Amino acid sequence: MFVVSGLLFVLRAGKMVWVFTGMENGALLEIVDVSRHFDAFVALDKVSLHIKAGEFFTLLGPSGCGKTTLLRLIAGFDQPDGGDILLNGKSIIAVPPEDRPLHTIFQNYALFPHMTVAENIAFPLRMARVSKQDIRTRVAEALEDVRLPDKGSQYPDALSGGQKQRIAIARALVNRPRLLLLDEPLSALDAKLREQMQIELIDLQKDIGITFIYVTHDQGEALALSHRIAVMDHGRIVQVDEPTRLYGYPGSRFVADFIGKCNLLDGKVSEQQGGRVTVELDGLGSVYVCGMESQFAVGSRCALTLRPEKIRISRSSAIPGASDNLSAPSDPSPLSSFDGESHFPGYVHDMLYLGDVTVYNVTLANGVLLETLLANSASGRANFFEIGDQVDVAWSCDAGHLVLD
Amino acid sequence: MMARKNLLLAVSAALVYLFLYLPLVIVVVFSFNDSKLNAEWVGFTWKWYGKLLYNQEMLTAAMNSLIIASVSAGIATILGTLAGIAMHQYRLRLLQMLVLAPIAMPEILMGVSLLVLFIMVNMTLGLISIMLAHITFCIGFVALAVQARISSLDPALIEAARDLGATPWQCFREITLPLLMPGILAGALMAFTLSIDDFVITFFTAGVGSSTLPLQIYSMVKIAVTPEVNAVSTLLMLVTLVVITVASRLSPAIFRGE
Repeated sequence: MFVVSGLLFVLRAGKMVWVFTGMENGALLEIVDVSRHFDAFVALDKVSLHIKAGEFFTLLGPSGCGKTTLLRLIAGFDQPDGGDILLNGKSIIAVPPEDRPLHTIFQNYALFPHMTVAENIAFPLRMARVSKQDIRTRVAEALEDVRLPDKGSQYPDALSGGQKQRIAIARALVNRPRLLLLDEPLSALDAKLREQMQIELIDLQKDIGITFIYVTHDQGEALALSHRIAVMDHGRIVQVDEPTRLYGYPGSRFVADFIGKCNLLDGKVSEQQGGRVTVELDGLGSVYVCGMESQFAVGSRCALTLRPEKIRISRSSAIPGASDNLSAPSDPSPLSSFDGESHFPGYVHDMLYLGDVTVYNVTLANGVLLETLLANSASGRANFFEIGDQVDVAWSCDAGHLVLD
Repeated sequence: MMARKNLLLAVSAALVYLFLYLPLVIVVVFSFNDSKLNAEWVGFTWKWYGKLLYNQEMLTAAMNSLIIASVSAGIATILGTLAGIAMHQYRLRLLQMLVLAPIAMPEILMGVSLLVLFIMVNMTLGLISIMLAHITFCIGFVALAVQARISSLDPALIEAARDLGATPWQCFREITLPLLMPGILAGALMAFTLSIDDFVITFFTAGVGSSTLPLQIYSMVKIAVTPEVNAVSTLLMLVTLVVITVASRLSPAIFRGE
């Protein structure tokens, strides 16, 4: 698709603005202790990030967490109150947006309504004083690349949401920026189209190798698209990690709760032997958590994070109605028969049939509701449990992850 | 029941419209009446319109009006556009008040105070003084039209232009100005009609030999309402109507009082 290699400098208004050495010691973009306040509201609080060349990097967080503010600072629409932003090791704080070698895809695409699609795509080239002839060929190429070769003479109003999206991408990439900033670009599309565009974005980023910085509040989208994700909350970076690490090894209650569905069982650390930590869950008893990398002080309060799909649910082995397991929280059975598994009895509180899976919310002995997931993989109609059924829930010792309070 | 309610509505609406437009209709009808008196219908004629062409005073006044309206609308449009953009960008209450106050000010007050000012600075009353006065009260209307248009624009468009390499000036020329054009044109047309129709402020700021169409009509009416007055009034009405229609098509927002 777009060719980026061999781009050494960008000529703008006859003067050389950027020289790319191609030598990048790790980070293409460095954000160093950047702060931004709006009166008393702290939008960004000493945020630091390193974004590598060629990376698909996502800023993820609830609305108001500061992710869009950070994107606007990178684009140059706003100035930080403290800290620095470096591109290829050089501060770009004082560089106006038009001279930064990066482009933004806006939430509503921001296509110029008074220009045709071709004129929209030609705009950045015209501003960079590319010759008329080159503009014509490159606009035609760009339209080919986004598979809308015959839309050049139409006005943006005549396009569908997905087409506008593609034109916005074509316009942002036509003069080959180093960095593409995407501000919730898929939020205006319906679910089906969104999924299709997600795949297109992944392919596009892989093909052109340009660094993407993507802002979203949709954790599913972030997991699907990104190489690395920075989770933000209240103007701070909470955790930066790869999607699988973020999902499997959340660093805090907030991350565990925000990324995907997660059960949080409160307790306290009672023992640690290497990577195996014994945790006394409140009102349930002891469980093993293995594969933990960090050290936990005995006695510290913590939470066991358990994903619904990692919990196995089975019909209770005890005779229904005769089970007194439920009222025996001190029963140390999970430890006495160590197989790395934790077992607890409970009953189905409610269920949600979703077609491919069924969600069972199981009430445990301590009254906590545990969300479990059962894939409806059995042939025929799947209906395993009813509300009120006595069930056993179980998970292996490496299924959960501990976070400290 | 429903039908009676609708009938009542139709009748009352008809009465209101009659009240509003009957005088105008009479003027138009009698401008085609083949009689010197506005009393009874005698027959159809174009002669009053023909006579206008030979009325030197009337032609001079019409020419004055056109010159004044064009120049004041032109200058007011430039200043009003800048004011409208500034009002949107800086959102200062004081700025808004200063720009829009002349709209709300009683015309008689504007007229008197401008006259006092022109006398104080020893300015000869004439076309220039009328133009200055008209520019003063037209700026606010243009600013309103432009502001209404700006606030309906997606602010991301301006940022997108900067992001894609446009300097602030290029951004203004390539994006802001073309997108504001309907509002600017609507404002310009409003200013034109306000200027060409204005009587009160013009009355105070006009000098000898700088009579405008409304002043001319007034001086003729002092003697009698001749069919000629009807004819020139009809023409003036026609011009205003056309201009206002075009303006409302260009920028519906300004006629919704936004």
